[in-house]
Amino acid sequence: MQLLEISEPGQTPLPHAEKRELAVGIDLGTTNSLIAISEGGKPEVLRDADGRVLLPSAVAYGPGEPVVGQAARDLLLAAPERVAVSIKRLMGRGLGDLKAVAGTLPFQVEAVEAERMVRLVVGGRKLTPVEISADILRALKARAEAALGRPVTQAVVTVPAYFDDAARTATRDAARLAGLQVLRLVNEPTAAALAYGLDRGAEGLYAVYDLGGGTFDVSVLRLEKGVFQVLATGGDAALGGDDFDHALAEHFLSQRGEAGASPALSVAETKQLLALARGAKERLTTEPEGEWEIVAGGVTSRHRIGRAGFEALIAPFVERTTKTAAAVLADAGLGIEEIKGVVLVGGATRVPLVRRRVGELFGRAPLGDIDPDQVVALGAALQAEALTRGGDTLLLDVVPLSLGIETMGGLVEKVIPRNTPIPAARAQEFTTYRDGQSAMAVHVVQGERELAPQNRSLARFELRGIPPMTAGAARIRVTFAVDADGLLSVTAEEATTGVRQTVEVKPSYGLSEDEMTEMLRQSMEHAAEDMTARLLTEAKVEAERVLFALDAALKSDGDLLSAAARGDIETAVAAVRRTLQGEDRDAITAAVEALDKATVEFAGQRMDRGMQNALRGVNIERLADRFEQ
Amino acid sequence: MVESGTSLEAKGVAHPLPQACWSCRGPVASGAAFCATCRALQPPAEIDHFRRFDLSPAFDLQRAEVERRYFALQRQFHPDRFAGKSATERLHSVQHATALNQAFGVLADPLLRAEYLLQLSGRPVAGGEAETVADPELLLEAMALREELAEAEDASAVAALLAKTEAMIGEIEVALSGAFASGDLAAAAGLALRFRYMRKFVEEATRRRRQIGA
Ligand SMILES: Nc1ncnc2c1ncn2[C@@H]1O[C@H](COP(=O)(O)OP(=O)(O)OP(=O)(O)O)[C@@H](O)[C@H]1O
Ligand SMILES: [Mg+2]
Ligand SMILES: [Zn+2]
Repeated sequence: MQLLEISEPGQTPLPHAEKRELAVGIDLGTTNSLIAISEGGKPEVLRDADGRVLLPSAVAYGPGEPVVGQAARDLLLAAPERVAVSIKRLMGRGLGDLKAVAGTLPFQVEAVEAERMVRLVVGGRKLTPVEISADILRALKARAEAALGRPVTQAVVTVPAYFDDAARTATRDAARLAGLQVLRLVNEPTAAALAYGLDRGAEGLYAVYDLGGGTFDVSVLRLEKGVFQVLATGGDAALGGDDFDHALAEHFLSQRGEAGASPALSVAETKQLLALARGAKERLTTEPEGEWEIVAGGVTSRHRIGRAGFEALIAPFVERTTKTAAAVLADAGLGIEEIKGVVLVGGATRVPLVRRRVGELFGRAPLGDIDPDQVVALGAALQAEALTRGGDTLLLDVVPLSLGIETMGGLVEKVIPRNTPIPAARAQEFTTYRDGQSAMAVHVVQGERELAPQNRSLARFELRGIPPMTAGAARIRVTFAVDADGLLSVTAEEATTGVRQTVEVKPSYGLSEDEMTEMLRQSMEHAAEDMTARLLTEAKVEAERVLFALDAALKSDGDLLSAAARGDIETAVAAVRRTLQGEDRDAITAAVEALDKATVEFAGQRMDRGMQNALRGVNIERLADRFEQ
Repeated sequence: MVESGTSLEAKGVAHPLPQACWSCRGPVASGAAFCATCRALQPPAEIDHFRRFDLSPAFDLQRAEVERRYFALQRQFHPDRFAGKSATERLHSVQHATALNQAFGVLADPLLRAEYLLQLSGRPVAGGEAETVADPELLLEAMALREELAEAEDASAVAALLAKTEAMIGEIEVALSGAFASGDLAAAAGLALRFRYMRKFVEEATRRRRQIGA
């Protein structure tokens, strides 16, 4: 193959390398978020002015600017209606996905249609989870800019491996709102494996068990000479330490009920109760027992619980995680004895019962020697460096949940099964079921269940203009493509006529392009300006590419040009260079177009020469053949 | 990449003519991944999975060797290597990486590899459910296995059945290797069909074992 003779892409000149900005790694967590940077393969988390690493994923809204982090979390007790916490669980989610405590949601929500992302009412404002996440990302960005003393606009952002397309898209949108260009969405367990593997030089088969505040992931990877190949992944995007808190809160509430107090709480009291339960849970990691006091609705109650009692409450959740882990191993076609090590990630893996059960399942003590809070952010930073500065590691990830289409009778036809390596593309043909049917509705879903309504709806679109045919005669080819971020795009085409449609999978629980534009416009910060700046950068990158390509062409085939023709090209080149000094995107684009026109003839001459050379090559070989005979 | 029917036609041509580079618009040797003049990444060539890995079509392949090539090629073409490049190159790299993933999926799996080889030689295996019923002997065998699975009462009985089937699959692979080596495509097609049945059965039995185990 010729391709192997060409210089390694890493060695090809990156014309803009010197202009590359710093890119950071961000772990946008349910409970805590972190930002890290890597230089020379050495990742490091960035601290705030007080030296703190974890930024609590809490945002308080009030009359002024939003407050993010510990200050917001502290407000949870005094002014719970102003604070949003655990919003990661709502990314790309609808009303039906929210979890109530004894019938009360810990959020005040706005009524929206069933298949739309929820809107929260916080501090008197109506906000999507995307906007709230954007506020957290802005705070992280500001922290990094303060620590590094320069602007930060590019990031690798991690997402739970088990996040579906809607949640991934929501995460990318949040970063956009915060003025960050997402270089790549990386799955959290994969990022952890990267940090772990590079740090320890680990090789072989590893399992990553990641139980955070809101999400659970388990991935099995093969680590080999800088390749991080995910073999299978599984999890639950709504299972984590938060559920332990909920279980404990429900337990306390039922005790109150038995003691005669009304179990019904206000939204604010529910938030406070969950915060209390969380503190209790964390204390039970180190203490054998404790006592807590709940004040609500004017009634004070006292509750004692020991570690055994707590473990009984959370055992069902922990069982779910170990079952999932076993299923993922089976998916990868691996036996437990083949796993060389289990890496623990996420704060909830500090719970003793979790460590015990994971240890029992794998028959070995899990590895947790890299700080389970930091390992994901460190991996993201390493990947950010690899993407911008070049690197030799290779991350090969998979689709976490099958992607399919609803067919007749509400059944799902899988197009891309789970654990397919990404990027991936598959096409499937469907047909009409009525004579003369001229349109076909396509409903894209994600999940493992057999019936469409049991899975997550990603998008609906309609293919129109199908020529009248008898039922079953039309051939509608639907192509799913999943990119390296795990994001899906769908195209559909009627094969006999070529009627074509492309759908960016965004609708159901996502934000429309209009909504995004409006949010960008409204955002107090400079997200809109950042956007313009990015478009300008892209135009410049494109202009540089054209200049670079033309320069190479002139070096190799410049002799084809007359002096006059060369002069015309050089004038057009000079014009492009002039616009590159400025900031006018339209001028750059126009100059590049003019240059393109000025080189059309040259391109034709080069192709002619190439053809002649190729034909000559054929003739010489034919001659040689004849001589040999 | 969705496999295109035209992918094999180019094969017979000794020296296909150069294509125009999308970036510098000069000639690029047909099938070359990078432009020799401006080094821009070109779209992936429409070639069969074996050629994509620089292998000749054959059933006998070393998995380790296929993996080695897969990783080396992904190192070169994966989108992570083109993050800072122009939009077109980024798109091409996604297409390359997609094609590599697809090729690897087929080459690394003996069943898919056998079916693909048959398809390349113009003798596709019966794919649809309806056609698979053709061979009565195969049907009987499959029915007998299903019955055994239905009667298996505990996890160890299912495990024993699984082990038996895996052994049969091992034999099928050996036979396939012989059939392809001797060019007996009819035999290979029959074996591939039997392989497909066994694979389905293994999936079913594995599900069953998980249910019993739970
Ligand atoms: N000592 C501890 N004992 C028990 N649980 C703890 C302890 N420390 C932290 N946790 C729990 O860990 C969870 C937070 O973990 P982490 O910071 O890893 O989550 P996250 O990254 O924000 O969430 P996710 O990865 O799910 O988005 C919380 O539920 C928290 O209560
Ligand atoms: Mg986390
Ligand atoms: Zn070129």
